[in-house]
Amino acid sequence: MDNAFQAAFQLIVAMDPVLIGIVTLSLQVSLTAVAIASVIALPLGAAIALWQFPGRGLVVVVLNALMGLPPVVAGLMVYLMLSRAGPLGQFGLLFTPTAMVIAQIVLILPIVAALSRQVIEELWGEYREQLQSLGVSRLRAIPTLLWDARFSLITVVLAGFGRASAEVGAVLIVGGNISGVTRVMTTAIALETSKGNLPLALGLGIILLLLVASVNAVAYIIGEAAKRRLG
Amino acid sequence: MKNVLRNAAVAATALFAATAAHADRDRYITLASTTSTEASGLFEHLVPQFREATGIDVRVVAVGTGQAFEIGRRGDADIVLVHDTTGEEEFVANNYGRERRDIMYNDFILVGPSEDTAGLRDADSALDAFSRIAEAEHPFTSRGDDSGTNRAELRLWGEAGVDPGGQWYRELGSGMGETLNTAAGMDAYTYVDRATWTAFDNRQNLELVYEGDPVMFNQYGSLPLSQERHPDLKHDMAEEWHQWLLSDEGQAAIASYELRGEQLFFPNAE
Amino acid sequence: MNRAESLSLLPLELRGVTFRHRGQTLLQPLDLRLERNGKTMIMGPNGAGKSLLMRICHGLLRPTGGSVRWAGNGATAETIRRRQAMVFQRPVMLRRSALANVRYALAVQGVSRGERRWRADEAVERFGLQSIAHRPARVLSGGEQQRLALARAWALRPEILFMDEPTSALDPAAIKAVEEAVDTFHGEGTRIVMTTHDLGQARRLADDVIFLVDGRLVERAPVREFFEHPYSREAAAFVQGDLVW
Repeated sequence: MDNAFQAAFQLIVAMDPVLIGIVTLSLQVSLTAVAIASVIALPLGAAIALWQFPGRGLVVVVLNALMGLPPVVAGLMVYLMLSRAGPLGQFGLLFTPTAMVIAQIVLILPIVAALSRQVIEELWGEYREQLQSLGVSRLRAIPTLLWDARFSLITVVLAGFGRASAEVGAVLIVGGNISGVTRVMTTAIALETSKGNLPLALGLGIILLLLVASVNAVAYIIGEAAKRRLG
Repeated sequence: MKNVLRNAAVAATALFAATAAHADRDRYITLASTTSTEASGLFEHLVPQFREATGIDVRVVAVGTGQAFEIGRRGDADIVLVHDTTGEEEFVANNYGRERRDIMYNDFILVGPSEDTAGLRDADSALDAFSRIAEAEHPFTSRGDDSGTNRAELRLWGEAGVDPGGQWYRELGSGMGETLNTAAGMDAYTYVDRATWTAFDNRQNLELVYEGDPVMFNQYGSLPLSQERHPDLKHDMAEEWHQWLLSDEGQAAIASYELRGEQLFFPNAE
Repeated sequence: MNRAESLSLLPLELRGVTFRHRGQTLLQPLDLRLERNGKTMIMGPNGAGKSLLMRICHGLLRPTGGSVRWAGNGATAETIRRRQAMVFQRPVMLRRSALANVRYALAVQGVSRGERRWRADEAVERFGLQSIAHRPARVLSGGEQQRLALARAWALRPEILFMDEPTSALDPAAIKAVEEAVDTFHGEGTRIVMTTHDLGQARRLADDVIFLVDGRLVERAPVREFFEHPYSREAAAFVQGDLVW
């Protein structure tokens, strides 16, 4: 353990360009995936919360179940889609950061959609009559509810980000852990582990943890400040 | 679902296009290879020299040999470099690979606990060594992942007349490094290529206990993919890499790679 | 839209309206006519169906049977909705400033940005909320929130205002403010329909009373008559403060 902290410390102090590249790519991939997944999943979750339609219960159950989708399975699905022999093969996206973004979107979209569905449904219970009385249509209610639930939804999005930045199975399969191209923190950790360089692997793990913690801290501080202002 | 993926793909591509560092983005090939070559650092030594000579970058996807074949069959890499001669010949016979050429070799070794409970240091052949492990029923970790190393190991058990199984034989389904980590953790014997062993840091109580039998020879081959099956791949650049590996320059580059003062790969292209 | 120029929504006519939920009849077949003017109190013991009736009138609930018909033939459902407002027992405020809550309600009705600004300012001023206009609505006190709800409703210039127990959770000072607001609305020609438990409040505010017991319309009478000469046994007991079931 001591060696791991030492390794982490040395890596940070040295500002190793390879490490910086890996950290940047990790953040780039996960933040892009979270952004795209949220743009799709937040309104989707809200829509499922607001509309009654046949098979709605099934959709909710499937979404909730997909929150536990094993990353390796998500990775394999995306691999088969993006593979040259697959339906999207012509785009040549396999083993690129884009493929990793897609795999992470597949992983976190159900999480963000399912959790936001729950948050919005609760808020809709509180707002429903008032909004209907004001003449707000369901479509119009979606942005209103998303905005009013923003503090809870930050946590939902962070849960997605946590899952995206922590997983290794999916990005390893679709990214290939190519040095300098698709190597991110988690796949680098897996590689160092396989080389038996456990202190370095753990050191990278500590840096990853610090990164995720910083993103969470920033979101928390912003959220708390806004909450204090707006009640 | 497909549409969502497609839109997401387009959006993500646009995002990355904006931040891409490479000006010359298409001058690269994707090489499916084995974890042993990647973990030993060989490609970090070879690729810059090749890039210097040709301007082509090589992106290495390091997986087990079985998975590398699968990537090649699907056309997801431009060329394959693996170590399972039998499988490689089959790959070419089935017209997935255009040809197969010897590039380099090293050897497999047996590592185990320093006390050497099963007495492998006294073995007079590889088959004898394998038999001793089976007789002692000392824990042995097998990769169990259809990799080149796994296939070579299973062939030797067969030749030694042992049907490995039972409590002492642990099939892990893992890469070489993970298998070594496990072996170190449980003081087990395992079969490993010399390159990975040399680069491996977490040895704990493990030591090299048997080496040198010619049946433990480990041949690496380069296989450009079939142009008929996958016309869209970067065959020209892949061919340049293939030829460079076979050239005097490439062979010298392989021979000059050392890790911890040891030469790990021995060129043997004809 | 100027109210004077358009046809009135009122009177509102309910015919044979019933409401059933999970096999239980919560509202017996009921006929009711709400005229153009006045302040009507809907009264009755708990569970009588007061809020239910109000929600059916306002269009928040669809009756199981019967018809709810507004005058002003040919008015679209949207027009009908836009010319009513409702104030709830517990006002729901959006997570934004008091003023922004009023502007939001106007924006939903398609009021232009410039008009929204002055109409919201006017409403906030009218209900004495200037000093808290820029505070987050959800941190205001219950009484302030209810005044804000009234200001929001007022900004919409409704032809009819429904109020569901608007004072039941408030202290006397806040109750007084709400009752004054009712007069403000009424003075400007807004039809008032309100539920209340408070007999004194009903005496102070009502022109007429609709009395419900157990999902049945038992009595409809001018306020004096209801309190002084109730027609039904249940109403007589109710105005004396006895328990009615």
